[in-house]
Amino acid sequence: MQKLLLLGDEAIAQGALDAGLSGIYAYPGTPSTEITEYVQHSKQAQAGGIHSTWSTNEKTAMEAALGMSYAGKRSMVCMKHVGLNVAADPFVNSAITGANGGMIVVSADDPSMHSSQNEQDSRFFGKFAMMPVLEPANQQEAYDMVFYGFEFSEKYKTPVLMRITTRLAHSRAGVVRRDPAKQNELRMPSDLRQFVLLPAIARKRYRKLLDIQSVFEQESDASAFNHYYEGADKSRGIIVSGIGYNYLLENYPDRNVPYPVLKIGQYPLPRKMMEKICAECKEILVVEDGYPMIEEVLKGYLAKGITVRGRLDGSIPRDGELNPNILALALGMKDTYGLPVPGIVVGRPPSLCAGCPHIDTYKALNEALQDLPKGRVFSDIGCYTLGALKPYEAINSCVDMGASITMAKGAADAGMTPVVAVIGDSTFTHSGMTGLLDAVNDNAPVTVLILDNATTAMTGGQDSPAFGKIEEICKGVGVNPDHIRILKPLKKYHEENVRIMLEELAYPGVSVIIPRRECIVAIDKRMRDKFKSKTPANS
Amino acid sequence: MKRDIILAGVGGQGIISIASIIGYAALDQGMFLKQSEVHGMSQRGGDVQSNLRISDNEIASDLIPFGQADLIISVEPLESLRYLPYLSTEGWVITNNQPFINIPDYPDVDLLLEEIHSLPNQITLDAESLAKEAGSTKGMNIVILGAASPFLGMAYEKLENAIRFIFKKKGEDIIQMNLKALKAGRDVAEQHMKQ
Repeated sequence: MQKLLLLGDEAIAQGALDAGLSGIYAYPGTPSTEITEYVQHSKQAQAGGIHSTWSTNEKTAMEAALGMSYAGKRSMVCMKHVGLNVAADPFVNSAITGANGGMIVVSADDPSMHSSQNEQDSRFFGKFAMMPVLEPANQQEAYDMVFYGFEFSEKYKTPVLMRITTRLAHSRAGVVRRDPAKQNELRMPSDLRQFVLLPAIARKRYRKLLDIQSVFEQESDASAFNHYYEGADKSRGIIVSGIGYNYLLENYPDRNVPYPVLKIGQYPLPRKMMEKICAECKEILVVEDGYPMIEEVLKGYLAKGITVRGRLDGSIPRDGELNPNILALALGMKDTYGLPVPGIVVGRPPSLCAGCPHIDTYKALNEALQDLPKGRVFSDIGCYTLGALKPYEAINSCVDMGASITMAKGAADAGMTPVVAVIGDSTFTHSGMTGLLDAVNDNAPVTVLILDNATTAMTGGQDSPAFGKIEEICKGVGVNPDHIRILKPLKKYHEENVRIMLEELAYPGVSVIIPRRECIVAIDKRMRDKFKSKTPANS
Repeated sequence: MKRDIILAGVGGQGIISIASIIGYAALDQGMFLKQSEVHGMSQRGGDVQSNLRISDNEIASDLIPFGQADLIISVEPLESLRYLPYLSTEGWVITNNQPFINIPDYPDVDLLLEEIHSLPNQITLDAESLAKEAGSTKGMNIVILGAASPFLGMAYEKLENAIRFIFKKKGEDIIQMNLKALKAGRDVAEQHMKQ
């Protein structure tokens, strides 16, 4: 069969396409974005009429995927870990409704916070919802697990969560493909009350979910993704989940680990295998790329049972991504650290691109606010968050998608005036517009800057669901049209832009200022594509 | 045969293209490959690296352990030093000597080059000028690849073939320009080895 060189994200996408996917739903978020982009660029997906356009946020994506599953087809919904917080309501309840067509939820965690505001571990969400979880160790497993996940989902009529971490998402390796399967036909749920979570029905469904947990556990014990490797040296047993397994093997060049190893790729945890390794070995080392979830379960609150080592006792650092050297130290091997980084080397944090429209917006905003005490600008998630850094230091918060407008409103309610919210176009439609309605309904004195660069820039320039709709949304929500102001963030309009900002800061109600200029990277890309399409193809 | 390579640079400098070319050449010879990349926030002008591992045998970790990299290939001098803890004692540093300055506290370039030259195994070159001579400064990363080519454990022709494949869609002119850039870098490395 064909072998492809794929990122972990791409392996999941190709797996879904080959397993008979009918629709993928997502809002861009590092490190999950490339799953959906791969489907969007796939000829196979186009030929199959597979849905792949971006959703407005993770909640709408999750619900649409559940709707496609209701209709009997296979659906996938992808997000970064914090996106699962946004989608938590439909996610948790979908475990109770169950699925019809196969449904896989992919959540990509970001240990070490390469591009995120926290390193939460999605496996806890799986446990919380009592949904089976798959956690691939490599790109091939990621591909194979999608087939398995859809089959499992249809067999037990449950959505399945697939959890990956940044390193697997963004690392390439060879993946062997299988024969593509056909998409499902439309098929109503056999019980038309399955998805009606009225309390009386929900109670029954919930009991069903509780009852099936032991079956899920048996499935985990029988699963090929959970494997017990025997080992002669029983002074230690190793339980390792997901990508941690690769780092373990890296420390044994011949791949012969002397200790018993339990490799975990499917949850709930395989009870029999867990019992076996704990009975056999003197102590257990738990290796997880994320929170110490398995470790906590094993150790228990009072830690009066077996000896468990891992992130909780300091054998492995409590936070951050794993790597082969962390494993080496936990196994008592010596470190292989090479030369130190010379003192001359300084950090190079990400920054706004030369020519970025946000630069002109922040320069104008800083000038408009210069006579006021600092600390009144609430911001949000996107490239413009880099405005917190030098030389701009223009914003004072970045919490979660949409929080700029609502936090500004709360501060205004407390009596802080003027207050400013800075939010991007795509973040605004993701989760900002509902907060704007709150502000309008209370006539809160907030000045909202919606930075419209016509793209979802931070994640690589995806189509923004807000495109061409921002003023109309603001008017529809009830913002006074006289206080919706459009600016061109360019140096030559600086004075005028500062003046408009000052006018709106003085207005004791909701104003919206829209600095509008296309992302410089997006223009570059557009021009390149335009040039490319004019050049005759050589191949 | 096994090579563990750290590719270093600043977001947007084209280190992924270098990885693709080496990767294609490795796969073409039936080797295994793992390549970890940086996507997301750091691509906005921050420091970026890629861990590229090629081997005749199956590869376990997506990340190269400390002290085991055979090569650091860098398209920017400051970035060439950031990953020294990963370099093995016999490893080589191949780097552009032209700085990309987008931070206010960028170190003194002469001191920086002095630091690089103090390493036992290193080649520095002005990849920008060499790329310009070959046709366009855009080929800067390919010049660096050329300078690293003697250390990759594979025939030079394999890299040429990979360039022909990767740039096929861009036309014969672009292929020739990149082959020239590759050769320019290779010549510098061979000259260096002779000395």
